[in-house]
Order: sequence, then structure tokens, then C-alpha cells
Amino acid sequence: MNKLITIPEAEKGLPSVRTDLGLLQWISSVDHKQLGIMYLLTALLFFVAGGTEVMLMRIQLMVPNNTFLSPEAYNQLFTMHGTTMIFLVLMPTLIGLGVYMVPLMIGANDMAFPRLNAFSLWMTLFGGLILYFSFLDGGAPNAGWFNYVPLSNSNFSSSKGVDYYCIGLILTGIGTVTGALNFVVTILTMRAPGMKMTYMPIFVWMMLITAFLILGAFPALNAGLSMLLIDRQLHAHFFSPSSGSPILWQHLFWAFGHPEVYILALPPFGILSEVVPVFSRQPIFGYRFLVGSGIAIALLAFGVWAHHMFATGLGNPVNGFFALGSVLIGIPTGIKVFSWALTMYGGSIRFNTAMLFATSFIVEFTIGGLSGMSFALVPLDWQLTDTYYVVAHIHYVFLGGTLYSVFAGLFYWFPKITGRKLSEKLGRIFFGMFFVGFNLTFILQHILGVLGMTRRVYTYPDLPHFGALNMASSIGAFLMGASMLVLFWNIWTSLRKGEKAGDNPWNAWTLEWYTSSPPDPKNFEAVPPVRSARPLWDMKHPENPDWKHHH
Amino acid sequence: MKTMQTKLLMKFFIASEAIFFISLIISYIYYRHLSDVISITDNHLDATSTGIFTVFLLASSGTIWWGRRGLHQGKPKTLALGLAITIVLGAIFLYGQGREYAHLIQDDITIDRNIFGSAFFTLTGFHALHVLTGLVILCIILGLTLAGDYQGTDSAGVASAEIYWHFVDAVWIIVFTVIYLIPLL
Repeated sequence: MNKLITIPEAEKGLPSVRTDLGLLQWISSVDHKQLGIMYLLTALLFFVAGGTEVMLMRIQLMVPNNTFLSPEAYNQLFTMHGTTMIFLVLMPTLIGLGVYMVPLMIGANDMAFPRLNAFSLWMTLFGGLILYFSFLDGGAPNAGWFNYVPLSNSNFSSSKGVDYYCIGLILTGIGTVTGALNFVVTILTMRAPGMKMTYMPIFVWMMLITAFLILGAFPALNAGLSMLLIDRQLHAHFFSPSSGSPILWQHLFWAFGHPEVYILALPPFGILSEVVPVFSRQPIFGYRFLVGSGIAIALLAFGVWAHHMFATGLGNPVNGFFALGSVLIGIPTGIKVFSWALTMYGGSIRFNTAMLFATSFIVEFTIGGLSGMSFALVPLDWQLTDTYYVVAHIHYVFLGGTLYSVFAGLFYWFPKITGRKLSEKLGRIFFGMFFVGFNLTFILQHILGVLGMTRRVYTYPDLPHFGALNMASSIGAFLMGASMLVLFWNIWTSLRKGEKAGDNPWNAWTLEWYTSSPPDPKNFEAVPPVRSARPLWDMKHPENPDWKHHH
Repeated sequence: MKTMQTKLLMKFFIASEAIFFISLIISYIYYRHLSDVISITDNHLDATSTGIFTVFLLASSGTIWWGRRGLHQGKPKTLALGLAITIVLGAIFLYGQGREYAHLIQDDITIDRNIFGSAFFTLTGFHALHVLTGLVILCIILGLTLAGDYQGTDSAGVASAEIYWHFVDAVWIIVFTVIYLIPLL
């Protein structure tokens, strides 16, 4: 390494908001990089809201028979926490990373439909703001993030909260569907010359599969939300227990809801498949198996929704069918875990913050997958459903899985987006605090669930161990909250004084690292020839390119 | 390239919309099996009249195809005529839907009356909304055609509008079969 070379700043970068037209320029932007950043900022805004909500809940649950929150407030908080984190934090984060990275990774200068891209972002943001407006108009929705009828019917939920839930989610859902359409067309038609489907980075593959999942899953949710809204506003009978069918809501919701789990899991699999090889200094192991298992998961995802409904009395044949399908998903997911592990095997691994999160993902997500298996088994599900075991499971999947990968991706791609690296020192402190806080909070909730503590109840009696376990869980939650402050501080200071990154700080192999950091408004003037999944490796190693070894 | 991309976008969009309608159609069928309410109340439907109006909608798929073929052959006037006829046929269909609605409401069958009203008005209402959206799109394209916007032989807007209109048509064939024809069997 020649230390004398000073890395030049990007020629233009993105426009600053401090100039005269800066803010207006951002609001009216159709550039995928600006929209990607605005997606991430949208997610950050709602992350602060959803995080505050859960901190209030953890204060309430610190001690038995607490009266810090009223039951009414608690119901609104857990509903808004779940809805926010899933629809307004994790989805915009993953879609935002995709909007920023996918065109760069396939050597394109923008998405296929830039204006539609902007439409998608603003629908997501305004849908979320409408959902939050409910706090000012008589109270937030309070029937849980999956909003079961008849509890969410107007005679049991008479505040306007559920109406805001329906309208807000339909609007963000429209933005999500249009975003997915944009991904599909972009990835299918705008790849750099020579980039066959089998040369695409796996993150791009996973965004493509996720886009198909969105196109298939969201219409079912929108149909259900429309019917619920018509029930509430026009007094229709769809989900009325006497003249309609409450169970139909559960079918429609979970026909969306289970694919949604993979919508939040496949892009993380993609992020892992970028981060793990680069920091293991080895090509990904089993490219085709990773892609194939992603497709298999997507197909199976549409056939397992009723495992959320084992407790409703569907009968043994139906239960058995859905139990089998759910167990089957363990196979392609297991293939991925082996792929990442074997990518690391024998490599020279760099354990920086991105890699720490990536490797921890493999462990935490596997725990979440195993606790998920216990819900695929019908008798266990009957015992554990609606307890804190479910809460622990969902958080191991969405935090230990999705959020860990987001942090890995953030530390990996931050230099590309901003031109500066995040501080490794602060990053390691953040990782340590978050890792300990997360596991402390949620591993104990498995035990609470087995002991029989029901979820979604604002307080609990002073039974043996309940108080101590909940106190420890709350302490873990506060440690996680504090770790987020370290992350925000890291981002804030690194944006100003972070180490300059240069075009390719990690010596990575995919096309986004070919352009400057941050990329100029026009991403590429030209891209190198793509003859394998690692075009930058081929460019730097003409004596030993990847394409010589395959086919 | 742009035409190909836009057509691809529209095809995936209608695939997604199809799942929305499939959700509503399955719900309708499910409710019909759940109780006798639908099979009793749907006697109030006028299959003959709606069948005639259905023919108008089906014909409009042919006229938009004819108009777009005109553009292919470099005849924007044919496109304008095809679009105008399509819009009239679509509007006649919507008028027929309005007549059916008025007739049902006169019989005191409304969306809040029973599960038939809820399922019928929601399913056909969402379809009518799609027809109306299509009419707005076609009116815009007709305006652009008359303003001389389409000089070439191909247009992303015209091509994708045609795909959308065929979709609205195809959905109605299924909705009409499920709501009107199957009970007659």
C-alpha cells in the first residue's frame, strides 16, 4: 500500500441542502441515490418513534403490577411499535438500501422509472405520517400489528385508530408495490452489458426475489385492509362474527404476513452474501445454491401462512399440511447458513464491525429459525402461542436477523454513500453494547414465554421469576437504546471527520465500488467488462480472472 | 427500450392487481358457501341486462386493439377513433353498472344490508373503479393523440394503456362468471 496517495474527493457528489435550492432539490429529486438516502432517513425518523414506544413499554414491564402506563396507552404503544418497525422501519431501510445500491451494483445510472421511484418514497413517508396522525385524532390503533377482527371491528375498537391503520398501510403498501415493480424492471432490463443473471451480485438477486414476493403478497393485505375499512366505515359484514367471517381476515392477513417475513429476510441474506465474502477474502461459496434456495424460500413462503393460525381450530389435515411446509423452509434456509460458513472457512477473515454483525447474524438468525421451528410443530405452537416466546422469536428474526444485517450493510456501504468510513472504535463499542443488550432482552423472554407470560398484557402478577426476568429484559432494552446513541454519534462525527474512504476501501469486487465515493450524480461514464460475478476482481487480476474457472 | 420497459412494468403491475382481485373473488365464493345469504339475495341481480352491457366492455377490447394497430401502421387518426370508441363503450358499461346498482338499492340491497351486499358492491365497485381509472387514462391518451403527440409507430403509453384495458376486461369476465353465471347453472 502506498500511503502517499491522497484520495481525491468526488468531483460533484450530491447537492448540499445548504445551498439556495438544496432542500427543494432534494424534495423534487428523482435520483436513486438521493431517494435511497431519503428512504433511510424516513426509516430513521420512524425508528426513533418506534424505539421510544418500546422503551415506554419496557419501563412499564420492569416491575409487576406497574401503573406507569394505562392499559389503553399500552395497547396503542405495542400496536404502533410493531406496525412501525415492520412497515415503516425495516421495509424502507431494505428498500432504501436497494434503491441506492441496485443500480450501482448492476452498472446502471438510475432505476428504470426514476419518477415512479420518487412516488414510492413519498407514498411510504406520507402513509406513515397518516398512521401517526392518529395520535392527534382520538388515539392510535390498538388492536395489535396484525389487527385481528372482531377486536378491530368498530364495536370493539371505536376510536379512529384502526381506520388510520387501514388507510396508512394501504398508502405505504401502494408505495411498496410500485417500488417492487421498479426493482423488477430495473434488474431485468438495465444490467451492464455482459452481466448475465448468474453474474448479478446476490444482493441484487435477493432484491429481485423480494420484489416478486411484494407483488404477490401485498395485494392480499390491501384486499383485507379495504374490506376492514369498508366494514368500519360503511357497516359492511365481511368480518362480522354473526353475518361474515372473522377467520377470513386471518387468512388474508397471513397470506400477506408470512411472505412479509421473507420480504424482511431475503434482502438481509443478500447483504450477508456481499459482506461475508469481502471480509473473508474469498468468493461466495455456492452462488447457485444461495440463489436457488432464495427462490425456494419465496415459493414456500406462499404456502405456510396458516401456521400463524394453528390455535384457531383449522383441523388436523390443514394443520399437518402447513406444519410440513413450514418445516420445509428450514432446508433452504439451512443451505444459506452453510454457504456463509463455508465462505468463511479457510479465508483470511477481517473482523471489523460489518463482519462482526454479519457473523453474529448467522448465530442469532439461526436461533430465531430454531425457535420458529417450534411454532411449526402444532402441539408446541398451541402451548407457546401468544406468549413471550413468540415475542422472543420474532425479535430474534427481525433484530438478530434483519437489523444485524442492516448494521452490517450500513458499516459496509456507508463509505460508498458518504465517502467516509464509520469509526471502527465506536463501531465496536456499538456492536458490543447492542449484542449484549439484544441477547439479554430477548433470550430471557423465551423463558418467560415457557413460564406462561402472555404477550400484549400491560402488566403481570408477581409470580416467581417474572419480576427478575422482566427487569433484566428491560435493562437489556435500555442497553440497546444506549447503543443506538453510540451509533448515531458515530454517524454524526464520521460524516464530518471520518477517514476518507476512496472508491473501494474494502477492496471489494462488485460494480458499486468501481465508481467514486460518493458517486457523482451520473454513476458511471463506463463500466468494466462483466464476465463473472466479481468484475473488479477480474479487472485487477487479469492473470487469474474468475471467468477462467467457470464454464 | 422505454416501450419494452413500460410494457414490462404494466404486465407485472396487472399481475399484482390480479392477486388483489383474486383475493376479493375467493372471498365472494367463500361467503357464498358459508351461508345461504348470497344464493338467496343474488336473485335480485339482472343477468340479462348486465350480460348485454358486458358485451359493450368486451367489444372495447377489440376497438383499442384496432386503434393501437392503426398507430403501428402510422395512422394516428385511426388511433384517435379507436380510443374514442373504446371510451364510449367503457362509459356505456359503467352506465350499465350504475343501473344495476340503482336497481339493487331500490330493492333495499345496500353494502350494509347483508354479506351479499358487502361482497357484491366491494368486488364490482373495485372493478368499476379500475374501469374508471382506465377511462381517465384513455381520455388523456386521446387528448395527446389529438394534440399530435404520437408521431412514431409505437408508444409506451398507448401500449401499456392497452394492456391495462385488456386486463380490466379479463377481470370482468371472471367476476361476471362468478357472480352472474355460476348461480344460473
